[in-house]
Amino acid sequence: MIVAQGKPIAEVAKMIEDANKILVVGCGGCVTVCLAGGEKEVGVLASALRMLRKKEDKPLETVEVTLSRQCDPEYMDQLEKYVADDIDCIVSMACGVGVQFVAERFDKWVVPALDTKFAGGALEHGVWGERCGLCGECVLHKTGGICPIIRCSKSILNGPCGGSQDGKCEINPDVDCAWQLIYDRMKSLGKLDKLLEIEPVKDWSKSRDGGPRKVVREDVMIK
Amino acid sequence: MSDFEPKIVAFCCYYCAYSAADLAGSMRLQYPHNIRLVELPCSGKADIRVILEAFERGADGVYVAGCLEGDCHFLKGNIMAKRRIKQAKKLLDEIGIGSERVEMFNLSGSMGPRFAEIAEEMTERIKKLGPSPLNPAYARKQEAADKEEAK
Repeated sequence: MIVAQGKPIAEVAKMIEDANKILVVGCGGCVTVCLAGGEKEVGVLASALRMLRKKEDKPLETVEVTLSRQCDPEYMDQLEKYVADDIDCIVSMACGVGVQFVAERFDKWVVPALDTKFAGGALEHGVWGERCGLCGECVLHKTGGICPIIRCSKSILNGPCGGSQDGKCEINPDVDCAWQLIYDRMKSLGKLDKLLEIEPVKDWSKSRDGGPRKVVREDVMIK
Repeated sequence: MSDFEPKIVAFCCYYCAYSAADLAGSMRLQYPHNIRLVELPCSGKADIRVILEAFERGADGVYVAGCLEGDCHFLKGNIMAKRRIKQAKKLLDEIGIGSERVEMFNLSGSMGPRFAEIAEEMTERIKKLGPSPLNPAYARKQEAADKEEAK
């Protein structure tokens, strides 16, 4: 899932300081699961903003709605009835994708309430870790299911580097060396010989280096 | 503001604080009338949204009273409540209401006198802090202070 984290309330309040009525839009996808932008967080943010403004004697009216997802046009259709003329600003509590989908669809000032962090998963309740670098060409079959692109600080494909010490990365003793993890995993699987193959330079044009990406599947297109 | 009578909402766990309140009553103990009790099945049920709602509706203080640590009927509800109150304090500071206005207490069902003591303690604390910025009394207090300054 996409993991995000709420911005400080003051930061969001600053973005909407000129608005008298706002629409706070939550997302029922990833950000609900990572407890950053679901129905509950929409309620908390709206309440906090109302109180902050009431305290400043500039009352704020809020409308709260949480869509199943903000990254699909059909759910944007459902939002239409809430985007009334008197809404001065839309606060999106989705990841960066959702914020942009709302902004593309409606002629309103749209602001983000979250900082989108990474593609990852829950390590335990309340702790999320980064797992995928969205590089566009998966190499996990070569590395025992451990991603060298995002879990190695240098994203090297033929590791480890000289900064690997006692299984930890030189950037921070709390960070595991991904290549140590890969080595240990391949050893336990009896596939160490696979690591002897030299991995050629990665084609980064399939990642962000090739500019914004798009996936087209003609077989499932309707129009 | 010596005449200020705060409104305090106490979210009380059914298994401890709520029974303790009952006991305090049976023991004919006196405690401030500023406390409004809300019964919860467990202190772990004290959601941040209800705490915020209390403040939004003008409460000057809120506290959550749960069982002694290790004694939760649902094993860890009071430990979770403690973490949630810590987070609520952060949020209240961000909003500008002040983290001192919310607190977590632990007691058992047999601690009637302690219940009265907590009510006393919290009322004293909130009286010292004065009305919440969202309480209409706060605006009157500010007005009076401004007038005083103008003199």
